[in-house]
Amino acid sequence: MAEVSIRKLNKMFDVTHVVKDVDLEIRDKEFVVLVGPSGCGKTTTLRMVAGLEAITSGQILIDDSVVNEVPPMDRDIAMVFQNYALYPHMSVAGNMAFGLKMRKFAKPEIETRIKRAAAILGIENLLERKPRQLSGGQRQRVALGRAIVRDPKVFLFDEPLSNLDAKLRVQMRVELKKLHERLGTTAIYVTHDQVEAMTLGDRVVVMKDGWVQQVGEPLELYNTPANRFVAGFIGSPAMNFIEATLGESNGAVVAEAPGLRLSLPGPLAARARAKAGRAITLGIRPEDVHVATDSDPVDLCFDVIVEVVEQLGSEILLDTRVGPATVVASVEPTMRIRSNERLRMSLKPERLHLFDAETEAAI
Amino acid sequence: MIEGALWRRWVFYNIPLILFVFVLLFPFYWMIITTFRPDGELYRPWNAVNYMPFWTNDPTLEHILYLFEETNFMRWMFNTMFIALVSTVISLFCGVLAGYALARLNFPYAGGLGTAIFVTYLVPQTLLFIPLAEIIRNFQLGDTPWSLILTYPTFLIPFCTWLMMGYFKAIPKELEECARIDGASRWKAMVYIVIPVAVPGILSSGIIAFTLSWNEFIYALVFLSSPDQKTVPVGVTSELIRGDVFFWGPLMAGALLGSIPVAIVYSFFVEHYVSGLTGSVKG
Repeated sequence: MAEVSIRKLNKMFDVTHVVKDVDLEIRDKEFVVLVGPSGCGKTTTLRMVAGLEAITSGQILIDDSVVNEVPPMDRDIAMVFQNYALYPHMSVAGNMAFGLKMRKFAKPEIETRIKRAAAILGIENLLERKPRQLSGGQRQRVALGRAIVRDPKVFLFDEPLSNLDAKLRVQMRVELKKLHERLGTTAIYVTHDQVEAMTLGDRVVVMKDGWVQQVGEPLELYNTPANRFVAGFIGSPAMNFIEATLGESNGAVVAEAPGLRLSLPGPLAARARAKAGRAITLGIRPEDVHVATDSDPVDLCFDVIVEVVEQLGSEILLDTRVGPATVVASVEPTMRIRSNERLRMSLKPERLHLFDAETEAAI
Repeated sequence: MIEGALWRRWVFYNIPLILFVFVLLFPFYWMIITTFRPDGELYRPWNAVNYMPFWTNDPTLEHILYLFEETNFMRWMFNTMFIALVSTVISLFCGVLAGYALARLNFPYAGGLGTAIFVTYLVPQTLLFIPLAEIIRNFQLGDTPWSLILTYPTFLIPFCTWLMMGYFKAIPKELEECARIDGASRWKAMVYIVIPVAVPGILSSGIIAFTLSWNEFIYALVFLSSPDQKTVPVGVTSELIRGDVFFWGPLMAGALLGSIPVAIVYSFFVEHYVSGLTGSVKG
């Protein structure tokens, strides 16, 4: 059980600055996910917590003691790697026992712990096998087992599911979640998959180019993204962005773009008023756009041409064109819509996001 | 496999393969047939009526017996074995450690040092034996097995280091990192994880190093002089070629028997050896 504090953490590889001033407080028993595109510094941050990468500046504390200079073996952490990193010359039981042997546990204790971990993961019948005789999912379980027998202070996961096929990945995701609820060990999890981040994390840290973009609970990131990058990264299908300018007419704040003129609702208008006359980016998620009905106010409606209709079964995705911009809308699966059809669409005004066109920060 | 018409398969696959195998195996066949051919047949002129170069009707063991009874062949075999084994062990020990350091420790100039080590391997032995002879004389090691045991590593260590460096680089770094997180120091991670995984690579370089020192000729020729200190390649050629007389039968018998230990070593480790050369590490 442990807390991890990361303070003003920086990492330089020669002249490349890959992790920039990362600050993060991870609470006891918390499951924190670092997510971002490749090269955003998430794995490097994790490796610094593990002690596998030297820290250029800043501090990492585990349970209030600075571990900057502590070698990995003495940090009492366990890590699961993307390629599992099972020791190929040892059996499954040998793999799980290795960490305990290195820490000089007594033999009976090692056996009990292996049995318990194997039972949790359902791999009791594989204990005598060698890693090459296991399937991808089984290797994944053994790698998890090797981490949990140690009963460490912190679990570190480096994209542990990305070598599995799609179906197995979903299944293991659920199991990981259950496992964390059962063991309650503090965990830091790195992934580039925002779905994994949203489903697993108690809190999610979005990173880009070495900077932390936003830290928050999954729904917080989804509903109130701090900037355009987070808004576009979290959520699938991704948020629509339309370049627009802000103006005022009859006391209302309106966002104007070719083929589009929306008056902003109360709270958003209040925040946006200061930026009147400036270029902004409108953001709206596909599920917040719908085909207009009579009850929709006229100043929230706009005309589109449907370009592509994607039937997903549970919903229909419409790729539509509004002036030069593309807007994706998710509509009811019962609707019958054909491509090239002209439609009048509307949106939920309270779900509209505005971003400064220059700084990309949310308004 | 080459697809298409039968003639294509013969022209581009079967015939070249047969030629290759023939060129490769014919010297061995010649060696074996000469070993068992009586002297009368060996020195029969090519235009004699019963000249029969590729077969013999009365095989004999006289050349092998001659080798064992009239020369120090057993002694040479023992010398060669001892020298090859000890110099291989020394070279492997240094090569494994150096290869690991160059592949993993990321110290400054590791790349340059690796290249420098490889360059020493490229210095021809035919040049290097002159200064080495001086050193051997100064240490008064001439005409002892140690003159070879200590000089063979000059080309075996760079060779083993280079081969092991490549092999260690092919082993996923995560294995070792995982071991270090699991509680192993760098040294323990190397001993318990990296070296066991590298066994095929170690065997490959060991076998090649053993063969190189078994067959080495020029150092052995220069540094050893008394007949009972010689190695097989030098002993056979210096004792069985007297002036311009070649004792073909015993010469070939010596070459044949001398190649048997190497053949045994190869066939014994062949499975590991092949997987070592192709560098396959199964995760």
